[in-house]
Amino acid sequence: MDTNTQRLLHTFSALADLGQEIAAAGDFDEMLRTSFHLLLGSLAIRRGAVGEYERDLGALRFVATRGLGESPAGPLALSTDHARRLSSLGSSISLADAGKEAERFLEDHKDAFASVEIDLVLPLVVREELIGLVLLGEKATGEKFTDEDLEVLSALSRHIGVGIRSHRLLEEVGHKAAENLRLYEGLRAIYKETVRAFAAAIDIKDRYTQGHSVRVGKYSEIIAREMGWADEEVEGITIAGYLHDIGKLIVDLSVINSPDRFNAKEQKEMNRHPFAGYEILSPISHPYADIPLMARYHHERMDGNGYPDGLKGDQIPPGAKIVTLADSFDAMTTDRPYRKKLPLEDVLVDFRANTGTQFDPEVVCAFCRAFLKEIDGSKERRLLNLINRNYSNVESVTPLLNKLLSEFGDGAIAASANN
Amino acid sequence: MSDTGESSVRARCVGDAAIIYASDYLNKLSGERIERECKRQLESGHRTLIINFRDTEIVNSIGVSILVGVIDAAEKSTARLIFSDVNNHTAELFQMLGLTRHVSLVSSEDEALSLASEAQP
Repeated sequence: MDTNTQRLLHTFSALADLGQEIAAAGDFDEMLRTSFHLLLGSLAIRRGAVGEYERDLGALRFVATRGLGESPAGPLALSTDHARRLSSLGSSISLADAGKEAERFLEDHKDAFASVEIDLVLPLVVREELIGLVLLGEKATGEKFTDEDLEVLSALSRHIGVGIRSHRLLEEVGHKAAENLRLYEGLRAIYKETVRAFAAAIDIKDRYTQGHSVRVGKYSEIIAREMGWADEEVEGITIAGYLHDIGKLIVDLSVINSPDRFNAKEQKEMNRHPFAGYEILSPISHPYADIPLMARYHHERMDGNGYPDGLKGDQIPPGAKIVTLADSFDAMTTDRPYRKKLPLEDVLVDFRANTGTQFDPEVVCAFCRAFLKEIDGSKERRLLNLINRNYSNVESVTPLLNKLLSEFGDGAIAASANN
Repeated sequence: MSDTGESSVRARCVGDAAIIYASDYLNKLSGERIERECKRQLESGHRTLIINFRDTEIVNSIGVSILVGVIDAAEKSTARLIFSDVNNHTAELFQMLGLTRHVSLVSSEDEALSLASEAQP
């Protein structure tokens, strides 16, 4: 094989290896070091360095060096003018200019390159932007670089430049995505706080049910989590709980604050609130799905006798079924103008009587499981803390909770069944 | 004669010479192992390094670059570097790239050892 063919083959294999190296995922600095080795090895160049130009810092950061001893010790300042000149020379720099640039570079950075010879400086330019520099010393042959050598080195350098730029773009995209995520999280937090404040405002209208919407949100959250909903969905159902009674804003104050049970006319007025809530919430772009529907359907019943649409069974969205139970539980465990809060035992007896007709058995069982887990200490006391405001000795309802689970679910929780 | 026991790179010492055996494909991974072993042998005082290429079919650009690094390290330690059992294709590559200006190429390990002993005072 003649020398030219062999040289060509060696260069070709270096290019192929370089492409593979740049395309492979992995540590960026290691990729650069390996690519630099390939470049040096293509012509058996004895010393050199590859530096990444950091425009913001106006400096060249060396990521790989060979045969330069300790130099350079750190990043080197590269003035904007110098960077502009190198950029204008581009990837198609001539041998003479690459040599002149090497002389200038060593002159500008005498301290960093004491007693080190650099024969060529090749700018890494992509889309007219200076990405970095490749500094090259002598070849093992001891011969001067030729135009043909420069073509080989330029081709390899272009790949390295593109590799650096691609990495930078990916980093920028990553930073922007992280920034957007932070903004999104911030907005979401503001949204949640606003909704919570709004929930408090809804409840203020009804002097008998203060704190009701926030509690319904919390109960809904606990039930949904017990049902294995994803974090995002749990957040959504919490918000739905906060806002489920927003339609009451259009109901006459005298009806809402009536000290007696509603008459037919008042009941009709009151029954407007789920649909009114849906109409208020529908035009808003919520970060969670189906919030308006949960407000609309939180008075539907499994047997189809609810309102406003008389949906039954699976026609009712799962979130609305959760809010229904949470709403009823809070209504029964707080004082109302026409009655005192019910004993917890009576609440659970009501659940038992209405599971399957008013309440979804799956939701009732999730509620019971969450309740029992808090009693036996395997879960943080959130439900209990909310109930404890009004009740003492909540542990006494353990048998009733287990009974509900036995009747409507997969059975009682063994650990708690012994209580 | 002793076996150095370095994992992955086989090496043995004969007098002042350390013989390091290159693998079938001299690429980044195997090249770096050879480079580390060569530096270790230089640090432990050997003044002749023989790299035996009898199993080596291919040396790629990274392999060349690493060998250039070994040449540098040997020169700094004023040690002699000998490549033995290099196949024709690789020998032509080393010749073309100028490595043979810095390294003696011999056909066998015995010849390398003989050359090493001639060089000793």
